[in-house]
Amino acid sequence: MFEALAGLGDKLAAHILLASSAIALGIIVALPLAVWASRSPAVARITLGFASLVQTIPALALLALFFPILLSLRAVFGEGLPTLGFLPALLALSLYALLPILRNTVTAREHMAAGVLEAADGVGMTGWQKLRLVEAPLAAPYIMAGIRTAAVWTIGAATLSTTIGQPSLGDPIFAGLQTQNWALVLAGCIASAGLAIIADSLLGMVERGFAARKKWLIWTGASVAAIGIALSAWSLRAQDEDAIVIGAKSFSEQYILAQLVGHRLEEAGYKVEYRDGLGSAVVHNAVTTSEIDISFDYTGTVWTNQLGREDNPGREQIYRTIVDWERDTTGTLVLGNLGFENAYALAMRQDRANELNIATINDLARSARGLTIGGDVEFFERPEWIAVRDAYNLNFARTRNFTSTFMYDALTGGEADVISAYTSDGRVAADRLVILTDTKEAFPSYDALLMISPEASQDARLVETLRPLVGAIDVDSMREANFSVDREDNKKSPREAAENLAKKLGL
Amino acid sequence: MVSRHPSIAFRETTKLFGEVTAVDAISLEIEDDSFVALVGESGSGKSTLLKTINRLVDPDSGSVLMEGEDVRCADAPELRRRIGYVFQGVGLFPHMDVAENIAIGPRLSGTRLPGERIEELLAGVELDGSYASRMPSELSGGQRQRIGVARALANDPHILLMDEPFGALDPVTRDALGKRVRALHDRLGLTTVMVTHDMAEALLLADRVLVMSEGRLAADRTPKQLLAGEGGEIAQSLVAVPRDQAEALAGLVG
Repeated sequence: MFEALAGLGDKLAAHILLASSAIALGIIVALPLAVWASRSPAVARITLGFASLVQTIPALALLALFFPILLSLRAVFGEGLPTLGFLPALLALSLYALLPILRNTVTAREHMAAGVLEAADGVGMTGWQKLRLVEAPLAAPYIMAGIRTAAVWTIGAATLSTTIGQPSLGDPIFAGLQTQNWALVLAGCIASAGLAIIADSLLGMVERGFAARKKWLIWTGASVAAIGIALSAWSLRAQDEDAIVIGAKSFSEQYILAQLVGHRLEEAGYKVEYRDGLGSAVVHNAVTTSEIDISFDYTGTVWTNQLGREDNPGREQIYRTIVDWERDTTGTLVLGNLGFENAYALAMRQDRANELNIATINDLARSARGLTIGGDVEFFERPEWIAVRDAYNLNFARTRNFTSTFMYDALTGGEADVISAYTSDGRVAADRLVILTDTKEAFPSYDALLMISPEASQDARLVETLRPLVGAIDVDSMREANFSVDREDNKKSPREAAENLAKKLGL
Repeated sequence: MVSRHPSIAFRETTKLFGEVTAVDAISLEIEDDSFVALVGESGSGKSTLLKTINRLVDPDSGSVLMEGEDVRCADAPELRRRIGYVFQGVGLFPHMDVAENIAIGPRLSGTRLPGERIEELLAGVELDGSYASRMPSELSGGQRQRIGVARALANDPHILLMDEPFGALDPVTRDALGKRVRALHDRLGLTTVMVTHDMAEALLLADRVLVMSEGRLAADRTPKQLLAGEGGEIAQSLVAVPRDQAEALAGLVG
């Protein structure tokens, strides 16, 4: 646990920089808007309405929405506009920070004594003097209270920026959730909560300073906060622009593959950075736009989601088609098939399958009306599921979503009768699950692919360094590595699992 | 003879609030050094008329002249700095101490008011120098309004406008502060316009009483003339109140 906390230095620094930038941007936007709103009720209605609307969007969705927005803005600002990482996280969090600052400032202005404002006019203040000498100092404690609220929200919501490739204290939380490493989850939560508490008390000091007109309180609070931010920036100064960025979706296998590749590149002398826990939809776009350099995907996923295909012309044909399609439309290099498949499959507990006499998806369709199916968060939206459902005319009593980790627990605990398992998952063997035969071949194949971005694929040495991985990983080895990370006892970190895997395969 | 412009002149000054005519084509002149009371019931337009002088209200038609010049030719903040303004709400700035409140007018035009001048202004409203460092929240209502008067005089204005200045004060404080302001008026050679709904106050302090009703001027008389029964029905109904009270009080003694 302490070890986990100690390892968070970089994430903490990145988190502080992100959150403070977002709050600063929020303030810069909110204050002029609030001044304008205080002079026009229509503007007040519109800005507060907009800010409240933003607040109703879940933070996770707001962050994710900035990816397509920035992608489309590339038409205006050129290809250099980043679509992942700091920029979208900054923009989304700033929008989130707007409401409390805006609302408090407008409220402060509304509650200002009418006599004081009349006196300001009466003694001959210009509009600017009135703002500077009367309105701003009287509103300052309220504005600070708004900034405090914004700071606590922003620091909390910043953990979600992990999903769009911005390092933050969300990294340990997401990684820990996926690999059931609770020490890591707790470390991330404690660090983020601690940061929020510290920021809140520093800003609280500034707020009290404004309210009691004690300048030393204002300066102390503001300076300590500024020093913390400056130290964070200083500790991150050595970020290498040329580092190879490896992306990973949010499950163990991807973490292990990222470490495997990362380790290999480091040994070849490359600087490596990781963007773990990216949303599945984000990963493909990120690698094809060179936002990240390397990613791992699966033929079936690309086939259905990117090519929009529903037919199943066979494993080899699907693979060939994808390689050509990526080369021609996105310029991304599909280096090759890693050698194993991680297919979606429907799985049941052995005893339950025996009891209901189910061995194939066809058998399942008979009893489905009385059963509950569990899927990972995206499964029921995926075209593969729709294809399978329609092919077998599956009709379940209930469908439930779980994170991929809890899905297995739900199955063993009886909260679901069938789940959308992954065939390379170590828990399929460990929990002795039955994979139901897909007699109609409704699920496409899911061969694991190593993808290299258009930019990085220009680097011949990089490509050659990674080529030995093609076809090198058999499904049993991958399953074992996955399980070593997922299991409860003698848990390995993705890095250790990757090292063991490399050793075992002689890579 | 050098012809002098009257201190303040209204020319057909009219102000509408939606359908309501608050000030209805008022024309009159206020001479230098005079103390004029504007009396009338709530909604008679007296406050609105007062505020057209320092442009807290701009008339819809007609004009207001100050020392012969249309007030709309001047920049509004610049104009207001030359006119003292005291109102019922006082409006001391709660984040500034008394000295800063008094010095605000000169500060706006870039002048630092020296400590002696602040003490002098405090003395003018019968407060000692120890008040300079107090915050408004530490003062009583009467003390606040005294500071309000001192603040209004800090820029050495020729004109002092007062909008129900003593309305919220207890009778003793009210009486004392009224007399104090009249003394300052005489000593500094001010032209003072005071809005009040209290006819007794107007009769006791002013040289000239203007009675307003529904946006129009109902009477323009000296206190003596009003007490002698002149000025018409509306003015006399207002004069009747303090007169009856005085007679009733005299009856109690007799």
